[in-house]
Amino acid sequence: MIEVKNLVKRYGSHLAVDHLSFVVEKGQIYGFLGPNGAGKSTTMNIMTGYLGATEGEVLVNGHDMLKEPEEAKKLIGYLPEIPPLYTDMTVREYLAFAAELKKVKKAEIPVQVDQVMEMVKLEDVQHRLIRNLSKGYKQRVGLAQAVLGFPEIIILDEPTVGLDPKQIIEIRQLIRELAKKHTVILSSHILAEVREVCDHVMIISKGKLVASDTPDNLERLIEGEDTLELEVKGSRSQVEEILKEIQGVKELRFYEPEDGVTGVQIQIADHREIREELFYALAEKKCPLYRMQMSKATLEDVFLELTQNENEDEAAARSAEAGIGEDPILEGIDPEGEEDAGYERDL
Amino acid sequence: MKGIYKRELKSYFYSMIGYVFIAFLVAFVGIYFMAYNLNMGYPYFSYTLSGGLFILLIAIPILTMKSFSEERRSKTDQLLLTAPVTLGQIVWGKYLAMVTVFALPNLIFCLFPLMIKASGQAYFKVDYCAILAYFLLGCAYIAVGMFLSSLTESQIIAAISTFGVLLVLYLWNGLVDFLPTDAGGNLAGVLLLWSLLAFAVYQMVKNWILAVLLEAVGVIAGAVVYFLRPSWMERLLPDVLGQLSLSNGFTSIINEQLLDVSSLFLGISVIVLFVFLTMQTIQRRRWS
Repeated sequence: MIEVKNLVKRYGSHLAVDHLSFVVEKGQIYGFLGPNGAGKSTTMNIMTGYLGATEGEVLVNGHDMLKEPEEAKKLIGYLPEIPPLYTDMTVREYLAFAAELKKVKKAEIPVQVDQVMEMVKLEDVQHRLIRNLSKGYKQRVGLAQAVLGFPEIIILDEPTVGLDPKQIIEIRQLIRELAKKHTVILSSHILAEVREVCDHVMIISKGKLVASDTPDNLERLIEGEDTLELEVKGSRSQVEEILKEIQGVKELRFYEPEDGVTGVQIQIADHREIREELFYALAEKKCPLYRMQMSKATLEDVFLELTQNENEDEAAARSAEAGIGEDPILEGIDPEGEEDAGYERDL
Repeated sequence: MKGIYKRELKSYFYSMIGYVFIAFLVAFVGIYFMAYNLNMGYPYFSYTLSGGLFILLIAIPILTMKSFSEERRSKTDQLLLTAPVTLGQIVWGKYLAMVTVFALPNLIFCLFPLMIKASGQAYFKVDYCAILAYFLLGCAYIAVGMFLSSLTESQIIAAISTFGVLLVLYLWNGLVDFLPTDAGGNLAGVLLLWSLLAFAVYQMVKNWILAVLLEAVGVIAGAVVYFLRPSWMERLLPDVLGQLSLSNGFTSIINEQLLDVSSLFLGISVIVLFVFLTMQTIQRRRWS
C-alpha cells in the first residue's frame, strides 16, 4: 500500500524526520504515536505530498509521490492537524468543492456529499457557514473532506482533538467502520485512543521509528514489574509496619490522598500474589482497606520507556539551563492528552 | 482547474472584496468620465482611462492581497496541494479568477464610449483598444500582486508591497530618466545589476564557484565592451530599462493612437513570468 523508504526531512539544521522507513499494509488501522514534536505531522505531510522530503521516497500503491503525484494523491484522503476549511463557504459547498478537487465524477458529487455527511452526521449544519461552526463540527467537516472520493488510504492527523467524549466515541466508531474498506493511518498522542482503535502501532520519537508492532505485542515487549496501589485508613508508620512483614514487597512509595488515609504504591518482586495476605494482615491490625488496585505494564509504560531515553539528555540539559528539575517525560506529552487518556479509560 | 477557478471567483463575492473592487474602479473612472467627457465634452474615453491608471495601483493590491497569503495562513493550501491537481492548475485557476473579477469593470467601461456616441462623435477604435490595453496592463499587475502574495502569510504585507512595486512601475519612465547617460555610469550600473543576478544565483543553487564564475564573466565582458566600444555603453541602461515600461503601450494608444504590438508581448511575458515565479515560490516552500 504505502511504502516509506529512508525518509529524511531537515529544517535548516533541525532534523525533523530521521531516516524513517516502514510499510503500511492494506485494510488495517495504523497508529502513529509520539510526543509532540516527534515528527508525526511532518511524516504525514510528506506522505500526502504536501511537503517534499530532503531524502527518501514515498510509494503509494507503487506510484512515487514525486514522479506521479496525481496518481498517488488520488489514492489518499488527508485530514491535516488543522482542518483546511474555507470558512466563507457553507458545509455543503465546501464538500462539493473538495469532491471536485478529488476528481469525483460530476453526477456523483451530490450523492457522495450526502453520503459522507450522513457518515459524520453533518446533515443538520449543511447549509451553515463553516465560519460559524463549533470546533467539533469543523473537525467533522475536515474528516468528511478526507473521506470524500472514498480513497484507498485515509490519513488522519489527530482526528479527535477538540471533540467532546461523545463525539470521540462516534469518530472512533467511524474510523473502525472505514477500516473495513480502507486503510486508515492516524496519529495521536493519546495512548488510550491508539490502544483502542489501532491494529498496529508505530512509536515515533525524535523523527525515528522506535517501535512498530501490535499494541498487545508492544505491551508484552516490556518486562514490567507489577505495581499494587493501596489506600488504607491509618497512619503511615502503622501501614509501613504491616507491610514490612509481608514477603515480596520490594519498594514502597507513600502519598496521602486525604486526611487520616495513607496511600502507598508497592513494587512487587517476581509477580508474587500478595493481595490476600495483605488483606488479612490489614484486617488483623484493624486498618480498613479503602482501595486496592493491581496494575500491569501498559502501552503507556512502553511509550515512556521508548521515548524516555532520548528525551532525557536534552531535558536534563534544558532544565539545568533553566535551573529547574522538570519531569522530562511529562514535558514531552501534552497535558491535555493525559487528561483525555484519563477519562477515556474510565469510559 | 475549473473547480479552483469557480471557488475562487465565488469567494470574491462571498466577501465584500469583489464588490468593493468593482465599485471602486467604476466609481473613480466614472468621476473622470464625468469631468472629462461629460462636462468638458472631450470625445475620447481613452483619455479618461489614462486618469484611471493610478486607480489600478490601489485597486489591484486589494484584489490580489489574499490570493495565496490567506490560503497559507489558514492552512487551506494543504487541501489544494494534497489533492490530485497540479500546481499549475492551482495557480492558473486562481489567477484567472482574479482576471475575471477585473474583467467585469472593464466590461462596464465598454459602455462609456457608447454614451459618448449617444451625444455626438466617438472614436471607437481608439477607445476599445485603450480598454483592451488597460485590461492587459491590469492583468500584468495582477500577476505581480499574486506573486507578492505568495511570498507572505500576511495580507497587509502583500497589499503594501504590491502597491510599492506597482508605484515603481507607474513611475518607471520618470525614474529611468534619472539614470546616468555616460559610459562609465552605465558600466557601473550594469555591473551592479549583474552582481545582484550572481548573488541571486548563489542564493538559489548555493554554489559559490558558479556564482563567482558568473560574476567574473560579467565583469570581463563589461570591461571589454567599455574599453573597445564605449559608445555601446552610453545610455545602455536607460534604453534597455525604458523598453520594459509596462504602461508605455497604454500611453502610446492614448497619446499617439498607436497600438504597439511589442508592448502587448511585454505584458503577456510579464504575466507568464510572474505566474511561473508564483509556482516556484510555492514549490520552494515545500522543499525548505
